[in-house]
Amino acid sequence: MQNDSQPILSVRNLKTNFFTDEGVVRAVDGATFDVHLGQTLGIVGESGCGKSVTALSILRIVPRPGRIVDGEITLRRETENGQSQDVALTSLGENSREMRSIRGAEIALVFQEPMTSLSPVHTIGNQIIGAARLHRQISKQEAREMVIELLGLVGIPRAESAVDSYPMQLSGGMRQRALIALALSCDPRVLIADEPTTALDVTTQAQILDLLRSLQDQKGMAIMLITHNMGVIAEMADQVVVMYLGRVVEEGPVNAVFGESKHPYTQSLLRSIPSIHSTPKVQLPTITGTIPHPYNRPAGCPFHPRCPDVIPGVCDKHEPELHTVGDEHLVSCFLYHPVPEAGS
Amino acid sequence: MDNDQVLLEVKGLQKFFPIRKGFWQRAVGQVRAVDGLNFHIYKGETFGIVGESGCGKTTASRCIVRALQPSAGEIHFRVDDGEMTDIANLSRDELQPLRRHMQMIFQDPFSSLNPRMTLFDIIGEPLLVNGVTDRRQRVERVEELLALVGLRPEFLQRFPHAFSGGQRQRIGIARALALNPSLIVADEPVSALDVSVQAQILNLLLELQERLGLTYLFVAHDLSVVKHICDRVAVMYVGRVVETAETQQLFESPKHPYTEALLSAVPLPDPTLRSQRIILEGEVADPANPPSGCYFHPRCRYAVDLCRERTPELEEVAPGHAVSCHRALELDLAGTLDAPVPQTAHS
Amino acid sequence: MTIEQSVEVGQEQITVDSEERIFVAGQMQLMWWRFRKHRVAVAATVIVAAFYVVVLGADFFAYTDPESTEAYRSLMPPQPVRFFDDGRLSPHVYAVSGKRDLRTFKRVYEADPDQKIRLRLFARGYKYDFLGFIPSDLHLFGVVGARVDESLFFLGTDSLGRDVWSRLIFATRTSLTIGLVAVALSLVLGVILGGISGFYGGVADNIIQRLIEILRSIPTIPLWMGLAAAVPREWSVEQVYFAITIVIALRGWTGLAREVRGRFLSLREEDFVTAAELAGCSRKRIIFRHMVPSFQSHIIATVTLSLPAMILAETALSFLGLGLRPPAISWGVMLQQAQNVETVALSPWLLLPAIPVVVVILAFNFMGDGLRDAADPYGI
Repeated sequence: MQNDSQPILSVRNLKTNFFTDEGVVRAVDGATFDVHLGQTLGIVGESGCGKSVTALSILRIVPRPGRIVDGEITLRRETENGQSQDVALTSLGENSREMRSIRGAEIALVFQEPMTSLSPVHTIGNQIIGAARLHRQISKQEAREMVIELLGLVGIPRAESAVDSYPMQLSGGMRQRALIALALSCDPRVLIADEPTTALDVTTQAQILDLLRSLQDQKGMAIMLITHNMGVIAEMADQVVVMYLGRVVEEGPVNAVFGESKHPYTQSLLRSIPSIHSTPKVQLPTITGTIPHPYNRPAGCPFHPRCPDVIPGVCDKHEPELHTVGDEHLVSCFLYHPVPEAGS
Repeated sequence: MDNDQVLLEVKGLQKFFPIRKGFWQRAVGQVRAVDGLNFHIYKGETFGIVGESGCGKTTASRCIVRALQPSAGEIHFRVDDGEMTDIANLSRDELQPLRRHMQMIFQDPFSSLNPRMTLFDIIGEPLLVNGVTDRRQRVERVEELLALVGLRPEFLQRFPHAFSGGQRQRIGIARALALNPSLIVADEPVSALDVSVQAQILNLLLELQERLGLTYLFVAHDLSVVKHICDRVAVMYVGRVVETAETQQLFESPKHPYTEALLSAVPLPDPTLRSQRIILEGEVADPANPPSGCYFHPRCRYAVDLCRERTPELEEVAPGHAVSCHRALELDLAGTLDAPVPQTAHS
Repeated sequence: MTIEQSVEVGQEQITVDSEERIFVAGQMQLMWWRFRKHRVAVAATVIVAAFYVVVLGADFFAYTDPESTEAYRSLMPPQPVRFFDDGRLSPHVYAVSGKRDLRTFKRVYEADPDQKIRLRLFARGYKYDFLGFIPSDLHLFGVVGARVDESLFFLGTDSLGRDVWSRLIFATRTSLTIGLVAVALSLVLGVILGGISGFYGGVADNIIQRLIEILRSIPTIPLWMGLAAAVPREWSVEQVYFAITIVIALRGWTGLAREVRGRFLSLREEDFVTAAELAGCSRKRIIFRHMVPSFQSHIIATVTLSLPAMILAETALSFLGLGLRPPAISWGVMLQQAQNVETVALSPWLLLPAIPVVVVILAFNFMGDGLRDAADPYGI
């Protein structure tokens, strides 16, 4: 782990709320993590945990009525003289020139649904050329050659002809590859992949994960992988952030989070997944109840009503903070964390 | 297992969908969604069908419960421990008395419940249309079913929108159980649910099987789930079974290269097990235009000329283990159970 | 995208944790709650309702017989109503006397400020049968101490000296009911033919779809012209009225039929329909217990949205002289008088019937939009 080096992207205490008629939804509530070049950060959680809103917040494309209300997102950019400079994305306007120059060029996004993120009426090639020429001063011919090279790089066979095909002419896996090529067209240093393989089959998923890994080896970019699939995270991530109802409950190196998970949520979640190696036909340990709706988020630790180790009078009253429990391993749980003084 | 009674036997099941084009909607070709399926299910076991999207597993399951009319083949089903009846070509009216013995659990907990009916109407409907006209009797039975699937009987008058995905899936299970069926066809029953809810539903299915002696046909794409719940498994690829065996045996020593690749592709929730995966080249074959010979040969790393020319038959290579591969006996394929059982999340 | 997923999950769970009444609320109840949030649609509904109140009580809201004509008060401009007299609230109008301008041969009218005619609410007037069977002579307003048809010309008169206000009220009745009848007719046709098309598919579907395409490809105005020309001259007002509704409905059902067919096609694939099939439900039960209730709210919305088209069709036809003809009164018939530039220039009040047309069409559209949004179970 080269975590002593400076992170390329650092998120501190990010809070994004949705102001709806029914009330305020705290979609992301104090997310803190770093993304390093050449590494993969996995963000894992179930529906409503805020993992996608985190990605949208970083790109500053949170849809209304959502808004970042607090926190800092800092991106390290290379300046022209080779120096690096920290840019606070939270202080930029959503549509400012600088934000637009970062979106796509420095931080690119790969969506879950490859069909809806590509325009059905333009060829793959034209879409990627358009995106590339938005950020780079290159001629159409140069761009086209670059795109063919890119399509080859992401493993699309016969790239010379694929460049002129429409998204509907490609299969799901190929569309996802095209989408990755689109994201890579401006050579981003951070690639955010939001459930990139959820819509795909197992064997295609394996292909795409393999592709992401080899691209990272070649380009040295940072990948932020957002998924609900613990298996994908275990397979891909170097660092893991586990979220529950907008809050980071545990984060750390992948081996620590999976091997010595500390938070009761992470522990129960991992235990409840049937594994190829677990004993068949026995009752699985489960987490009781269902995920509450963000409108009715429980007070204190949001997990306390479902938590097997709940401390009455503490977990339902106070919100735990992230505390170090090991080498770069943080947990927000009162089991590992001094209980705040009453009344504070 | 072989001594047990066979509850369901499927022979040469085919389902083709015509591809229609033009002003008069003439059929210009056909999608061979299910292309000659053979398997049998014993009473009281869980039989799994796994495969990737488009392999025909859902179509097959819908043909078996006769939500679809098969194009060809036989579906023999044993009613009340009696004789086997071929239900593949029965008419609507002939099917009516048999329906109650086989029910289905659906994948999507949202579209499987009529949003305009209360729980009582949803779960009570199978009772009503099968002759339980006394309302009080129905209320009693529905309350009993709700309790059985872990929901409170007071929920009777609520509408489905009051429930979460996991709870809705329980409602769907209660409806399927209403008529005391012997066979339950579960089509991806947990794949639309959150991870922490999946385990709850799997537990419920296991518990119900034990208590009611149910037989499951379990259709899924998630191999870990299949491994956990099934006694025997069939792997499907482009409308055909490529391999079928007892679960343990299939996972330990797969005999078909596709099974091997499928097993290897599953990401395991354990970072210490990151291994060299077998990455299959190319795409799943198009069932409207399948390749010659063995459908898997263009992606198979063991393919020889024979595979391109002749379609392999599903043949038994060991007792209860059938494979459709020309090279089944010569290949030494890797299973998943070779790796040491790791210690995941410590308790 | 996952954002949508979380919102959807959110919607499902908000109900879980809210009060019990939401759990046991049916779809119609939920639809009403969603509709209530749509303020413009609610306001539009109030307006539409007000118009239909006028339809029901046309005789009550009119103050003179719409047919009573007098040449000596033709083309009288709208008469201003004065609300205050010496600082006291006392609505009145000035008496009007007309004479012919001998240079232009145009009748000019002069108000006499000394002769004040008081207005009152719930005055007695001409006799009529309220709702067709309650004899009455009560009207919303009238005048004190004078004949109402000689003194009150709220919105002026037309070229035959008939009171525009009273005629407008009766025109509203005709125009709004002709829309309803036409919609009811196309609803029946649309649901039956669309249902057959969607449920059975195959040859029936093919034939019905081609028929719809053919009907939709015929230009509307010539089709109407042809059909309206076929209506015999000697038919009574009622007969023409029904002939015109049929003419309008003949094309109106096609959109509805497509909607219904689409619903059937998508519902056939719904898992809950398969579940009902597997439970052993009869075809009839599946259609009427599962499928029809699932799209009836959409049908209500579609119907609401197609009503203004029907009303406009009638207005356009009558305006062109192809639809209703005098002595029937409808908005189109009234506007027919304002066909030439001269009339519009000299007597602009004859264009007044255009205002209720615009208001009602807008109100129906807003209401329909609101209903459509409310009928969408995934809307918030």
